[in-house]
Amino acid sequence: MSGDDVDLTPAEGKPIGRRIVLGMAGAGAVAVVLGKQLTSVTSSAVGAVAPQIQSVIPATGGFRIYTVTNGYPEMTTTDYRLTITSGANVTTLTFNDLAALPQTSMTKDFQCVTGWRVDNVAWSGVLLRDIITAFELAQNGTALSFTSFDGAYTESLTMEQAMRPDVLVATSMLGGPISQEHGGPVRLVVAPMYAYKSIKWLDGIKATPAVEPGYWELRGYDTDAWVGKSNGRSDAPVV
Amino acid sequence: MGAAMPLSSDTRLRRFTTAEHWIHRLIAIDIGLLIVTAAFLYIPDLSSRVGNRYFFKMSHVILGFALPIPVILAFCFLAFRLDVRRLNRFTRVDWEWMRSKDRRTGRLAVGKFNAGQKLNAAFQFGAIIVMFVTGAFLWFNGLVSIDLRTGFTFVHDWLALLMTVVVIGHVYKAYREPYARQGLRTGFVPRDWAMREHRGWAEAMTDTASDSAKEG
Repeated sequence: MSGDDVDLTPAEGKPIGRRIVLGMAGAGAVAVVLGKQLTSVTSSAVGAVAPQIQSVIPATGGFRIYTVTNGYPEMTTTDYRLTITSGANVTTLTFNDLAALPQTSMTKDFQCVTGWRVDNVAWSGVLLRDIITAFELAQNGTALSFTSFDGAYTESLTMEQAMRPDVLVATSMLGGPISQEHGGPVRLVVAPMYAYKSIKWLDGIKATPAVEPGYWELRGYDTDAWVGKSNGRSDAPVV
Repeated sequence: MGAAMPLSSDTRLRRFTTAEHWIHRLIAIDIGLLIVTAAFLYIPDLSSRVGNRYFFKMSHVILGFALPIPVILAFCFLAFRLDVRRLNRFTRVDWEWMRSKDRRTGRLAVGKFNAGQKLNAAFQFGAIIVMFVTGAFLWFNGLVSIDLRTGFTFVHDWLALLMTVVVIGHVYKAYREPYARQGLRTGFVPRDWAMREHRGWAEAMTDTASDSAKEG
């Protein structure tokens, strides 16, 4: 006879352990269903009590900062250059060159494919459409590819998508300069698509003969990343 | 504290099997790495410093989907199933133990596990199930609507925080109790320690040991 057989605790006492496990599973399921409301409750509660720790407390809303490389790349507006390749023509714009182009402002929701969303973010800068027209990019390709001075991230848009009036080469966010972590000094904002299309730290725009899938698109994400109509998601469209 | 003394066969009791030792170790490593990779993905100060989001994301996903393997493996062993059965049941002694202020004196005939260990085990088992299910839905995100997905994120995030706090408490308790750690590491604990902390179990084991000796 083994020790374990003899040492069997009689099945006395209440099965509290099982009740805890089942209770947690039940509470978890309820919290999943109510999660959307609970998220806004915790978000406003934490925001009211301790806004400075909001970013490290789970699911309290606001931006989450993602980077695919080692930290955030650093760039001053003085050193900043945007290289535009249109066929054989290569043009380099400074931050001041961008500021001299016609300026457009828009306020749009920012929806990440991982689920978080920030309502009513104010952006301003140059409409990508105006850059396409000024540098005749549409005459030299059917798509655009974008590069980042983080050295790794890339993105793409069809020319038709890039001509939309809600696609901006942004130089300002929420009334101020775009901070380093938000992709400053210049980033793309593709408002109707999930945020991975809005490449941060933009340093290159190139006309290409066909769409060249970007960083996350090579890792399984949809290239046409319409909010609510891609990546298996059905989010409400951004406004 | 310090290292526990080696024990001779008549002053020690077998507390865990070799299988339980390895299963505990596998689960501890997996959950430990899940917490570390989660921190690199989640805490802005850390994620911005290390970047490499794709690596940490895939590591976290693989570790998460691997977690049921040692758990299911554990249930293949009788010794583990018997311990689960002990952990599940709250006896009169457990309720008394929770109220008492002299729980370490051996006055109460505490079984193989005390009420705190039982609560911890139940919480962690429930947490593993909820974290696995919510995590799986976050990975296969095409299966659910955005509202539910927000809910899965909410539960996964908050329970991760709670679970981390409980794990830290668990490690702290183990750090304070070298004989309990010795029990998991070597399989054996000193009988006099067991008489103080788990008298009910120690007495039952002593009876069993003498029975086995006669049989042997």
